[in-house]
Amino acid sequence: MNALLELLLLSVFLDNLALSFFLGMCTFLAVSKRVDTAFGVGLAMMFVQTVTVPVNNLIFTYLLAPGALAWAGFGDLDLSFLKLIAFIGVIAAMVQVLEMTLEFHVPRLHRAMGIFLPLITVNCAILGGSLFMVERSYSFGESVVFGFGSGLGWALAIVMFAAIRERLKYADIPDGLQGLGMNFIVAGIMSLGFLAFAGMA
Amino acid sequence: MQDSKWQTLTRPLIDDNPLTLQILGICSALAVTTALDTALLMSFVVVCVLALGSGSVSLIRNQLPHSVRIIAQITIIASLVIIADQVLQAYAFELSKRLSVFVGLIITNCIVLGRAESFAMHNRFIPSVLDGIGNGLGYSLILIIVGAIREFFGKGSLLNVQILVPTSQGGGFEPLHLMLLPPSAFFIIGGIIWLIRSRRPRQVEKPEFTLRRSTETGE
Repeated sequence: MNALLELLLLSVFLDNLALSFFLGMCTFLAVSKRVDTAFGVGLAMMFVQTVTVPVNNLIFTYLLAPGALAWAGFGDLDLSFLKLIAFIGVIAAMVQVLEMTLEFHVPRLHRAMGIFLPLITVNCAILGGSLFMVERSYSFGESVVFGFGSGLGWALAIVMFAAIRERLKYADIPDGLQGLGMNFIVAGIMSLGFLAFAGMA
Repeated sequence: MQDSKWQTLTRPLIDDNPLTLQILGICSALAVTTALDTALLMSFVVVCVLALGSGSVSLIRNQLPHSVRIIAQITIIASLVIIADQVLQAYAFELSKRLSVFVGLIITNCIVLGRAESFAMHNRFIPSVLDGIGNGLGYSLILIIVGAIREFFGKGSLLNVQILVPTSQGGGFEPLHLMLLPPSAFFIIGGIIWLIRSRRPRQVEKPEFTLRRSTETGE
């Protein structure tokens, strides 16, 4: 149990997908103009990440990993090179299913996430989460925790970043740094802040 | 005609750089720049994938039904990336381990899909390939600059060749450990953007609110 808690803290703060692995940066910079849209994206991201990482974990362990098809009589088959294309397919399908379910059962939540659900199919943080899961060979339980934690960490980062950007509108910034340049500097300073959690995990 | 082809190739280098102006492909760019050799390898892979991806999308653009174009483009890109990944694992295993998941992430790198969608879908084969190479080179340029700065100041070496002797080995250079940590990549890119935009004022974004000087208010 302790190990899982540690993994959760690690994936939320120290191994933050956005600020220490630069994943999902395009979305991170593009839709963080206002806190409420940032909140919607963060929520959608957390949802999709929590669902897709465990599903991809099952698919990898039982279909693609070396020797995984032993139950079907193909013990020496190694399909792990197919993981990229399989994961992308799973992510696209899961996002679609998730969107339809939410629209039907929880329309309020669906409205909050708005157009961001389909958008994050091509977000590298989602694919990155699944690939990290394979690289670090997480078990099923760990992948649930990791998926939720990394999604939460990303959401936390984008909401904080949007809050800072709302304040920055009133700041007197040098011409060349206006907009994108300043965003990078702010993200860098935030990333320094998240590094300080290193002592915690 | 010759001139416009040359422009397709060179414009993305500085004037229309994918990283600093179009905000494409930042995702996988920054993490591989702690050393120059990984940055070079990543740049090479991205240029190849971009050129081949844009080229093949452009070849089939007239046969491709509009409604399934995104999924077809993703499949083409994913196949190219899988090939690149396998080749790297076969011939440069050590480096590909250090690139870790970031080769696979080229698939969702918006630069490839973005160029396929916005340029290759509307242009002939040759210009599309040139546009792919040009954007790849623009991306590489930033990657290589950042990689060189981070490796030089972080370890005192370039391409693993020690240039400055660190204090731990009796030299006079104290390695700057911040350079090897993620925040430095953000700061360096921010600085590069500042530099480019002070040279090319046309790229400067208009502020949403302008401050009024207190002297102008008449108080």
